[in-house]
Amino acid sequence: MFWDFWQYNFFLRALVAGFFLAVAAAILGLYLILRKDAMLGHGLTHIAFAGVAVALFFDVVPFPVALLAAGLAAFFILKIREKAGLYGDTAVAIFSSLGMAVGIILASVAKDFNVNLLSFLFGNILAIRDIELYGAILLAFGVIGTLIFFYHELIYVTFDEESARAAGLAVDRLDALLALLTAITVVIGMKIVGLLLVSALLVIPGAAALQLAGSFKKCTLLAVVLGAVSVVGGLNLAIILNWPASGAIVVTSGGIFLLVAALKRLRSA
Amino acid sequence: MAPLISIKNLYFSYGEQLVLENINLEVNRGDFLAILGPNGSGKTTLIKLILGLLKPQKGEIRLFGQPSATFKERWRIGYVPQRAIARVDPVFPVSVAEVVSFGLLPKKSFPRFMKASDWEAVREALRQVEMEAYGRRKLSQLSGGQQQRVFIARAIVAQPEVLILDEPTTGVDVTTQERFYDLLGLLNQKGLTIIIVTHDIGIVNKHVKQVACLNRRLVYHGTHEEFCSSPRLKEYVGEHHLVIHRH
Repeated sequence: MFWDFWQYNFFLRALVAGFFLAVAAAILGLYLILRKDAMLGHGLTHIAFAGVAVALFFDVVPFPVALLAAGLAAFFILKIREKAGLYGDTAVAIFSSLGMAVGIILASVAKDFNVNLLSFLFGNILAIRDIELYGAILLAFGVIGTLIFFYHELIYVTFDEESARAAGLAVDRLDALLALLTAITVVIGMKIVGLLLVSALLVIPGAAALQLAGSFKKCTLLAVVLGAVSVVGGLNLAIILNWPASGAIVVTSGGIFLLVAALKRLRSA
Repeated sequence: MAPLISIKNLYFSYGEQLVLENINLEVNRGDFLAILGPNGSGKTTLIKLILGLLKPQKGEIRLFGQPSATFKERWRIGYVPQRAIARVDPVFPVSVAEVVSFGLLPKKSFPRFMKASDWEAVREALRQVEMEAYGRRKLSQLSGGQQQRVFIARAIVAQPEVLILDEPTTGVDVTTQERFYDLLGLLNQKGLTIIIVTHDIGIVNKHVKQVACLNRRLVYHGTHEEFCSSPRLKEYVGEHHLVIHRH
């Protein structure tokens, strides 16, 4: 019964899309955590929620509207932080609250698209379309390409932004690139694991990897492996226990984090 | 020969608060300049203006004869920021060699891949600060003094002509500070121009050749010897900072 699922096309598509989303999210998440920007992904999910609500309200395709909303929000969060001198989390909190408020108001006014809106909040990995499947694959390659070509700059900017600026590196452009990739990850992830849970894939694998790995390369690799294991393990757990797939993925991810934290404690004891 | 750094009629304020007023200063090749002043005197602001991290509201800064705003060869100025050690995140998974290699990035063009020769340059920079054996260690595993040496190595790895250090010994014990300043003296003897921002003249006078006293305005700029014999300066930099004895 369990292995039968591996023969179904929809399950394989879920595995492939989830795997590539997890790879992209784990790499980006590591940088976000180390920049103390772990909440950026979470904030952008709320903005994407507003984008989806606007799209459903006007009866247009949600994907591009959510992407536009999350991309613009990422840009403005960076600008507000830079110009207004706010800490990263403050700007994120302002935008995420506004995003959620817009979404709730539109959902309340329209009334007839609440079910649709909920599907974006909790995702439906077993019913993903080509756009999410190929989007996740392209995203993963985009993130890996960014990592390869900007590896040292990204670590330098993450490690010591002021010195990187003084050295003449294009810090703002790197920031914008990271924020944009995070926005794309959130929007692609909203249909796969749902807006409420996509930030978990951004944060938990990186946080777990940082507990164990000593070098940045090892940490990146470990975050990717843990993210991928979370998705594949979570999907299988969902079938075995008849759980919602997105919830099972995040619970698996959380379980891995706890296991890793315990392992670290044992090692240092 | 044109000065490496030339500052003319420089003004800067944060909002309504004027921080720097009519600063005129030149730094020439081979100088070892200490910029002194009490907290809030504008020392760090001046350094940030030189580095292009802030833009002057009035006046001009020229680096190597070029206007600061259009100066592209930033690698020619090495920089060790204020509280560099305190900012080291113990979780950050970065090795000593990687941190030093960051200093090479502004000298490279896209894509900035590291070559074998770059790692040799990293090893050489670590050798200069006597940290060669620590290249593979995680930065956060080192002591404060060792970390400070690593930041110096990062600042000199691209073979800059000027090294700027902002309060570099904060959080470092006195014995380590002595060794640290000896290292700076050695680098200066080898031809590196050094600008150090500090409120601790007692420790740096061993190697410092010029002194600039800042308290919103540049109240003094001259040789170390002249500075030592100028009693009026006490009012600008504070009595307790003027314990001067050349070793």
